[in-house]
Amino acid sequence: MKTLKNHLGLITSLVIVILIAIAPIVSGNAASREVVFTILRAIVLASSLNILLGYTGYVSFGHIVFFGFGGYVGFYLITAQGQSLWVAMLAGGVVSGLLAYLLGKAILRLRGAYFALATIGVNEAVRAFINNFEPFGGPTGMTMNFSVYQEYGGAMKALEMSFYIMLVLALLVVVLSYVVRTSKFGLGLLAIREDEDAAEVMGVVAPDAKTWAFVLSAIFPGMVGALFFFKNGSVEPLDAFPLHTSIEMIVMVMLGGQGTVLGPILGAAGYQRMRGLLVTSPIFKNIQLAVSGGLLLLIVLFVPAGVIGWARQRWPKLRRVLQ
Amino acid sequence: MDFILASLADGLLLGFIYGIAAMGLTLIWGVMNVINLAHGPIIALGMFTVYLLFTFLGIPPYLGVLLAAVFGLLLGIVIYVIAVQRVIDAPHLSSLLATFSVNMIIIGIGTAIFSTSPRNIDLQLWSISLGPVTLQGTRVVASFIAVLVTAGLYYFLYRTRQGKYIRAVANNRAAAELVGIPSNRVLALSFGIGAMLATIAGALIATFLPFNILAGGTYELKSFVIGVLGGLGNPVGALVGGLILGLLEGIVPTFTQTTWVPVIEFVLFVIILLVRPNGLFGAKQ
Repeated sequence: MKTLKNHLGLITSLVIVILIAIAPIVSGNAASREVVFTILRAIVLASSLNILLGYTGYVSFGHIVFFGFGGYVGFYLITAQGQSLWVAMLAGGVVSGLLAYLLGKAILRLRGAYFALATIGVNEAVRAFINNFEPFGGPTGMTMNFSVYQEYGGAMKALEMSFYIMLVLALLVVVLSYVVRTSKFGLGLLAIREDEDAAEVMGVVAPDAKTWAFVLSAIFPGMVGALFFFKNGSVEPLDAFPLHTSIEMIVMVMLGGQGTVLGPILGAAGYQRMRGLLVTSPIFKNIQLAVSGGLLLLIVLFVPAGVIGWARQRWPKLRRVLQ
Repeated sequence: MDFILASLADGLLLGFIYGIAAMGLTLIWGVMNVINLAHGPIIALGMFTVYLLFTFLGIPPYLGVLLAAVFGLLLGIVIYVIAVQRVIDAPHLSSLLATFSVNMIIIGIGTAIFSTSPRNIDLQLWSISLGPVTLQGTRVVASFIAVLVTAGLYYFLYRTRQGKYIRAVANNRAAAELVGIPSNRVLALSFGIGAMLATIAGALIATFLPFNILAGGTYELKSFVIGVLGGLGNPVGALVGGLILGLLEGIVPTFTQTTWVPVIEFVLFVIILLVRPNGLFGAKQ
């Protein structure tokens, strides 16, 4: 019982993810399953980014590069090499982690705005490279033969399966996010966020810690990329590396509360719901981007800690539950 | 060889305009350590100012450039007061996100009004032929204006009181306040000038290239590359960086496909950030 109580924050977060996903599981409604699929994808991406952005305090404006790169590698393995989805997802995660490791060794030396600029540069460079890289189909990308889905019991079954895999990934990310936050390693990251020089003086090996935080934040986006483009059936550079999705990930993390486990989950769910409403509403359909921008501005100016951060400040007793 | 010369000349002329776009970005960075992620949409608004004035009111494009400049100055000050002022001393994330939200607002409203279909201003001027090289009048005039603007900026920063205020605040804001410089007003003015340079660059580009509301994004990314190339916070470096980028865009297509240009640009960008974050001409850290 005691251990359960100690991990109340984790349990709350997991329960909320399951609650978000429960409706389509119960009803079996394909349309609502698709909606929840995008929400779960957003949760994985936002929670992963949070490890770098929220815990370590480094702003990555090009985090989508790991999603796109993992997606491309996974897609290539499935279509050109005839590998299974499992291998593709594993490979997507591994290559993204590897890319993050190499990039981290190089660009994590930069601090603050310089790092943010470098991440934009990396995203654009990778996208421009893939655009020219013929094995990956160049600017037109690649498409998947429909027969690939036969192995998984047809396209319908494959879609349904993708949803459950995404749910598992989302739950795993939440566990990872929680474990990192409560570990000694995570404490080191938080120290780096507050004051990197002071953290180093206190014995945190900042370059290593930052690199591993970067790697951890890249693995799941790579796996999700492989899964997403498997389900999508085609991949092209513009879909795989949209700079604005990187920013949307940041908005989700900020909205929910950076540096918390639950924050990115609520932020992702809330943002996707709002976006869905705006896109379908006749008044806001055309200016949904402007509305999201206005919302982001209000958060940045007035509630920089996000919903969860604000609640934690307001009601200190809730801190145990709202990690 | 002839092709290379022609391509170089075009690249060089374009480089001057890239230069002033980057100067706007780098001025704001130098004065207040804010990276203005709304730079691209502001450039696009400069394009549309000239376009709308020309197509609906028949105002000649070069007069339109002047009006675009005034519009940019005012817009910049408004953006500063609404979005930047409150986060200027906050961590970088806040100012990056605040300016990015301005970006989303402008692009969102702009797309709703103008859609993303391409526009162009039909402006024909003379052209000069020097051997194999043909220089289009519109490009020559545009780069000439860009040089004038640079000179004007220099005169302003070094010879006028307001300009000296800006440099003082950039140098040390607390000390500037101690000697009675109204720093908040100076910061607002600097942001205005930064936005003004962006709208001028956009307005000039609109006189010879087609564009749409999203077109500013490309030039914003180029401005980042140039700003880093020349050293963030260094206006002369920005102009030189612009010329280097223009030349690069002129040279690269002569030996490989044009689509490789962005790969080379961004790889260069990341490498310079890593090796010399203060730019090619900045002091080494």
